[in-house]
Amino acid sequence: MSKEWKPRIVAFFCNWCTYTAADLAGVSRLKYASNTRVIRLMCSGRVDPQFILDALSKGADAVLIGGCHPFDCHYAEGNYKCLRRFEMLKRMLKDMGVEEDRIRLEWISAAEGAKVKTVINEMVTKVTELGPLGMPQKFEEWDKEMEQLTHHVQAADAAQGAPCCAHAQPQKKEVAHV
Amino acid sequence: MSKPKVAFYWCASCGGCEETVVDLAEDILGVVAAVDIVLWPVAMDFKYKSIEDMPDKSITATLLNGAIRSTEQEEMARLLRRKSQFLLAYGSCAVSGGIPGMANQFPREQILKFNYEECPTMVNEKKVHPQVSCSDEGHTLKLPQLHNVVRSLDQVVDVDYYVPGCPPTPKITKAAVTALLEGKLPPKGSVIGPDAALCEECPRKASKPSVWDYTQFVRPHHKLLDPEKCFLAQNVICMGPSTRAGCEGACTTGGMPCTGCFGPTSRVTDQGAKMMSSLCSNILAKDEEGINKTLDTIPDPIGTFYRYGLAKSILRRKVNLPA
Repeated sequence: MSKEWKPRIVAFFCNWCTYTAADLAGVSRLKYASNTRVIRLMCSGRVDPQFILDALSKGADAVLIGGCHPFDCHYAEGNYKCLRRFEMLKRMLKDMGVEEDRIRLEWISAAEGAKVKTVINEMVTKVTELGPLGMPQKFEEWDKEMEQLTHHVQAADAAQGAPCCAHAQPQKKEVAHV
Repeated sequence: MSKPKVAFYWCASCGGCEETVVDLAEDILGVVAAVDIVLWPVAMDFKYKSIEDMPDKSITATLLNGAIRSTEQEEMARLLRRKSQFLLAYGSCAVSGGIPGMANQFPREQILKFNYEECPTMVNEKKVHPQVSCSDEGHTLKLPQLHNVVRSLDQVVDVDYYVPGCPPTPKITKAAVTALLEGKLPPKGSVIGPDAALCEECPRKASKPSVWDYTQFVRPHHKLLDPEKCFLAQNVICMGPSTRAGCEGACTTGGMPCTGCFGPTSRVTDQGAKMMSSLCSNILAKDEEGINKTLDTIPDPIGTFYRYGLAKSILRRKVNLPA
């Protein structure tokens, strides 16, 4: 990793509260770290754990989810569903060796522009300390153990004059998703 | 016209998949009459050399079971890919890493140390571990190396069709073999099996609740279970909702919940994540403390939700292990 590495954080914000709060932070001209890529969803209850795993596997260093406070969900129950899934995912990610500070769930209401700033700045500091997660690089590194045999097979093919190693490349689809 | 050539091969697997081929019972006679078996290490004596000498693509189909975990398995997977027109990932291990795929939670050295030193049934005073090569009296012997990562077949070579299951049922095996022999093949990359959740063919479906409200989960040996009621209605984790149909509810009919061996349907990438999502959103509690009290009753999330699919899941492997 170069010295210029900066964390990349994918943020899933709900349309009714946190996304509006991020908007408020913008129009209030609050300055905060520029490391987040915000994705707007209708509800934090729409955050499928697959989205989070997908973001991490494609190069995000951390994932932030923002939803409405308890008793305040536009769809009554979506934020509770999000919290339950999040608690489970935290356990699963711990078992998979992903540091706890790489995922965070925050309730941020439409009026709390300043909280968006605080949460994002805090998260950037923490993730900078942790360093890159670098899943795409890890996948490449893990698959290096197959290179030796690939070279061996390619050499044998070349000797036979029958190249048929299109299939020898690691399949892209293994890290792909719907 | 000569008969189509078929090969069966096994990699990191238990042998249960081979058993299913035999479980075709008298139907296997029809298969044997229709094809020439050119390789089947578990049942017949063939040499790898004779496969190497065959022209490329001269085997009509290879049914390969087991995950790819060593250099030998990788080499055979590549060889059989070259020699075969169709390569079928046969059984959960070849499709998605299977039970051996759960080794992706541990470093290779820890696995070797346990198996060759610490395992209670092992006597190994000199602490000998398998070596990649050794020399004796001027002769060098080479052995395959265990990879750091357990892989599904399609993470190593191109795969034409997937036959899921631990093991695949005789019915689904027959469907795959018949499709091959009659040339009625689905699009490349298809999974042989219905594209619906297991609940669709489960006899307990009628009692599947629409609202669950879990306060705890139990394991099948924890309580006396109703033999006809949906497992999810009895607080037992059943992978049915996130698992592909095709087994006709072999386990749920037999009194055990689904553990997910048929893998996900085409609309899902990560079977474990999808099941966690569905199950946990139905917990009753709305606060962290209550939710975690309920989650404490799932002692091993990876073993529960990723029993057959860890190698093919989005993260593939515990992320901080050495490569």
